[in-house]
Amino acid sequence: MIKFQYDRAADVTDAVRQIAADPEARFIAGGTNLIDLMKYQVERPPRLIDISRLPLTSVEETPGGGLRIGALVPNTDLAYHPLVEQRYPILSSAIMSGASQQLRNMASTGGNLVQRTRCFYFYDVTMACNKRQPGSGCAAIKGINRINAILGTSESCIATHPSDMCVALAVLDAKVHVTGLSGSREIAVVDFHRLPGDTPQIDNNLRRDEIITAIELPAQGFAANHSYLKIRDRLSYAFALVSVAAALELESGRIKTGRLALGGVAHKPWRSVEAEAALRGQAAGPETFARAAEIVLRDAKGFGHNDFKIDLARRAIVRTLTQAANATPQSQADKRIR
Amino acid sequence: MSTDVNRRDPLATTVAFGSIETANAQAAVQATAQQQASKSMSSYIGTPTSRVDGRAKVTGQAKYAGELNVAGLVYGSAVGATVAKGRIVRINADDALKVPGVLDVLTHQNRPRMADNDQAYRDDAAPESGAPYRPLYDDRILFNGQPVALVLAEDWETARYAAMLVRVEYKAEDHVTDLHAARGSAFVVEKPEKPRGDAAKAFAAAAVRHEAEYFIPIEHHNPMELFASTVVWSDDGKLTVYDKTQGVQNVQRYLCGVFGLKSDDVTVMSPFMGGGFGSGLRPQYQVVLAVLGAMSLKRPVRLVLNRAQMYGVGYRPATIERLALGARANGELEAITHEAIAVTSQYEDFSRNDTGWSGILYKSPNARYTHKLARLDLPTSGDMRAPGAATGVYALEAAMDELAVALKLDPVELRLRCYSDRDQNEDLPFTSKSLRECYRQGAEAFGWSKRNPEPRSMRDGKELVGWGMATGVWEALQMPASARIVLTANGHTEVATAASDIGTGTYTIMAQVAADRMGVPIDNVTVRLGDSTLPACPIEGGSWIAASVSHAIIGAADEVRGELLRIAKTMPDTPFADALAGDVVLTNGKLARAGDVARSVPIADVMRHGKVEHIERIKDNTFADISKYARNTHSAVFVEVKIDEEIGIIRVTRAVSAVAAGRILNPKTAGNQVVGSVVGGIGMALHEETLIDHAFGRIMNANIAEYHVPVHADIHDIKVIFVDEPDSIINPLGMKGVGEIGIVGVAAAVANAIYHATGKRVRDLPITLDKLQRQL
Amino acid sequence: MSDVSRSAAMAAPATINVTLEVNGRSCTLTIAPWTTLLDALRDRLGLTGTKKGCDQGQCGACTVLVDGRRINSCLTLAVMKDGAKVTTIEGLETDGTLHPLQQAFIDHDAFQCGYCTPGQICSAAGLIAEGKAKTPDQIRELMSGNICRCGAYPNILAAIQQAMTAMGGKS
Repeated sequence: MIKFQYDRAADVTDAVRQIAADPEARFIAGGTNLIDLMKYQVERPPRLIDISRLPLTSVEETPGGGLRIGALVPNTDLAYHPLVEQRYPILSSAIMSGASQQLRNMASTGGNLVQRTRCFYFYDVTMACNKRQPGSGCAAIKGINRINAILGTSESCIATHPSDMCVALAVLDAKVHVTGLSGSREIAVVDFHRLPGDTPQIDNNLRRDEIITAIELPAQGFAANHSYLKIRDRLSYAFALVSVAAALELESGRIKTGRLALGGVAHKPWRSVEAEAALRGQAAGPETFARAAEIVLRDAKGFGHNDFKIDLARRAIVRTLTQAANATPQSQADKRIR
Repeated sequence: MSTDVNRRDPLATTVAFGSIETANAQAAVQATAQQQASKSMSSYIGTPTSRVDGRAKVTGQAKYAGELNVAGLVYGSAVGATVAKGRIVRINADDALKVPGVLDVLTHQNRPRMADNDQAYRDDAAPESGAPYRPLYDDRILFNGQPVALVLAEDWETARYAAMLVRVEYKAEDHVTDLHAARGSAFVVEKPEKPRGDAAKAFAAAAVRHEAEYFIPIEHHNPMELFASTVVWSDDGKLTVYDKTQGVQNVQRYLCGVFGLKSDDVTVMSPFMGGGFGSGLRPQYQVVLAVLGAMSLKRPVRLVLNRAQMYGVGYRPATIERLALGARANGELEAITHEAIAVTSQYEDFSRNDTGWSGILYKSPNARYTHKLARLDLPTSGDMRAPGAATGVYALEAAMDELAVALKLDPVELRLRCYSDRDQNEDLPFTSKSLRECYRQGAEAFGWSKRNPEPRSMRDGKELVGWGMATGVWEALQMPASARIVLTANGHTEVATAASDIGTGTYTIMAQVAADRMGVPIDNVTVRLGDSTLPACPIEGGSWIAASVSHAIIGAADEVRGELLRIAKTMPDTPFADALAGDVVLTNGKLARAGDVARSVPIADVMRHGKVEHIERIKDNTFADISKYARNTHSAVFVEVKIDEEIGIIRVTRAVSAVAAGRILNPKTAGNQVVGSVVGGIGMALHEETLIDHAFGRIMNANIAEYHVPVHADIHDIKVIFVDEPDSIINPLGMKGVGEIGIVGVAAAVANAIYHATGKRVRDLPITLDKLQRQL
Repeated sequence: MSDVSRSAAMAAPATINVTLEVNGRSCTLTIAPWTTLLDALRDRLGLTGTKKGCDQGQCGACTVLVDGRRINSCLTLAVMKDGAKVTTIEGLETDGTLHPLQQAFIDHDAFQCGYCTPGQICSAAGLIAEGKAKTPDQIRELMSGNICRCGAYPNILAAIQQAMTAMGGKS
């Protein structure tokens, strides 16, 4: 870890002012990802701006029947919030499937959005990585890429976004509230993260001078028919090889609205609008689900070690949609796949 | 730092048993309860006794190697090589040295003097063949991550920061780190196991044959504690070294050799060790670097490796195992061929016995064993939890399962038909072998008779259920060791030897044996270990410490008792006038006639009469010559898996391990060890694999987020049974060690259960969901 | 490398005064911003009961309670916790009496080498305070952030269950 200057932000305006004035500075809140990366020398910010004390810790109902979640609400508090548990259980479930309780106690909602990839080659500063060092190449493409992406990859990067929470936020059509020098704006979660293209060093569409202030959930929470299924190499405390968030609104056995997003397979939570269109109006059954899975994975591409993810994702999608349709969401404590 | 473990907690009155069952232990629980009630006599051996160092560990008072805070402590940070092979061309430490607080940067060019001969670097656990690695010695790079510089600074964060400013240029050379790529150049190493008959011919003629190759990847021990050394420099040049090690005297001798120091000049301490699993058998490079720093600065220095650097020390060698089993239609084996190709470094030849275990377990008139090594540009492989057996018996027991399938025989039945009452490698009888009881009791506890032999036949809802089993075997070794007992007139007993307690419970069993033999409550016993100045003790490995140390303690206690008897004979009205050493015992604080304990004299009175404050005796252990016997522990392990085949999630829902290991000194700690070993075996089967990018010769998951070990959610019910195994031959206590036996066979039992559940045989460990999927 | 050189060129490191209430005692430290809570506890306050197993948030050995919640002290900058209440393993005993979890860990032999133990116990104290874990599966899942390489998990589970009963749901 390099030596850095430490400052606290007095309020959101001050935070924006400070970050805008120092292009190399970074915000720190929970620190679970940033401190980790700083110890590995992947991140070397000369200055940290502590935003952990900003008053962004409330969870409030919105006039439209949704929920506005302060960016600094710890992951655990969000997962255990009664309104989230009741109305957005898929979000609780996804959060509880990630990391450990200690990390969830530390990690903030906003921080979870901007966490960086777990690609082995990103983490090892001796290796070529376009995300860490633009132009250096991607050692993962021909390397040990078992955990890497199968969708939306580019020749310069096959990293995945590691968040579970964001996958649930994607199916919930959440919005990210951000504030910058020129004021506040909203970004749909599905548009927040980017595909790597030839600029994999840019994870998301947050501008340099912006701070995340809140996440807003619309009213529809899919509390009746949803599931978050996370598949990994051990039964807890591991990143997803593939995860699936599925949420359905059913009307007499037919799908009125279907939402589907994948984690662990792309540079962003992978939401497939096309697959969702294929679900709409169809019977909630295996054929429909299989068709949706085919659509999601039509353009999937493996890089050797991670080829298995394509077929695994296909089966996981069908299973998760089935869990959602049957109102038997996956438990994160009972490891039997429902 | 004191190495004394003062026991403040009384013996738990409700003995927590976990799921450990033994007839002996049940009786022992009652015995304990009676002792609690009366305290009339001590009988701790065989009793589930709470750890005497438990309180120190649950309160955070136990001090590990990197935790001694001394005035003026200097903190080190090691810089690792980024190429796998080559030479250091240039090291530029200018930027690092400019950082305020940095004291020095040591490299091979400016370090203090070190020995220039291989013998000086050869520690007790070094392979016989080869030239041991010399840390920070010269410009040669032997493996990726090898330390090339040591930054010394006033605080740890500064050292860590400055370490990243040290710039090293290398002239890289071609490397090879892939066992599969190098198997063609592997060479045969001599092993004691001799061939029997003609295995190839018998195999070719056998009615039923099974032949396959199995693979175990590189695994790292990953003890929770990072390797650490704190070296305290004295003005007279003497060093006290607090080191994470499984052998303080091994490290002490090694440092004397490497630095040309006199024995009196170096003391090595390791009162607590946060896990070893074999990784601390050999001195690791951090101790050399820390000593270099202390000698250079003439100040105390601490060096703690980071988790990534923990992958630059020893590891379980990746091994290709080929088994060829030929059997008669009734299951009796006709031929066993077992070949292993394992990883070692370019500079040392490390190997253990992978291939000879079948000779101990299964009768076969024809057998052939071959062990080969492939030299790779990696650190030397090393001992890890049942080295050789964990890998070799995995392959053997998976192969036996496949043979059972081919024979349409129950896997337990096949093993019983092949059961050998003699060690065929040496053609010797066993001191004891209750493996049949392990099969019987393990199968019964598991419910094996309800198993439908047909793969894919058992289900629980959506999940396929698989029941698999395997045999485990390990050695019951005992090594020369010495112990000292100091009896004080107030009845306090101090027992000491230079052992380590790496979590195995050595403190506790030493206290138990001393308390029993000295006839005092365990609370009156102080244990000292982990100090190189104490009586000689071997490295803590191979499951030999408990038996080795216990019998040294018994010897020392007998001598103390003899001295008490000598004095007591001179007392007026002595009840011992005609007594011989064997006629008296120490019990309840008294010297008493065996068989008539009412005729006794308090120890305090004897010592007062003899005008002695304390009696001190040091004794080497001695064992009868048992070279005409084979000495082994055995186990049968039964595992249930539940598998969601569509998703590939494998859950180990139940395990039963039935162990025959002679008399169990402490069922509580021993049971825990076996449970822990089963967990290790589950990790081996499902999770653990060190991933090397062979293009760079670099480990890519050198952490414990991506090197997966089992977490709590992976582990469910594990039942341990210690079967009764009287052994009047092996040693006076009839005991064998249990440090290793618990892991042997577990990976095979899991793999066999997965086959039974799915009909798919994955022979490459770990059995991850993608490998299972590939077979679907 | 520009960020490195910028940092290397920085003047003598600024230190910051931080006040923590550690195990009921107020401690004021003058520390650099890059000092983690773990290193502050171990190297500055001599509270080495909190362990460093990975220093990357991957093992849980460094678990302490901050304002009653379990966290990884290795990924926590001490300066960010100014004014917080920190409870470490050394703070669980009261007047020489072991915390029910400490006693239960001894009773059930819920450790071997002892290195993960302080983190396990602090984590379990946090778990009980959360009040979310009722079943063995829930305990296992919510204790999965604490790796025990010795593999004492079944005994850890039994110890936590005993302590839960002994504490009657209180934390």
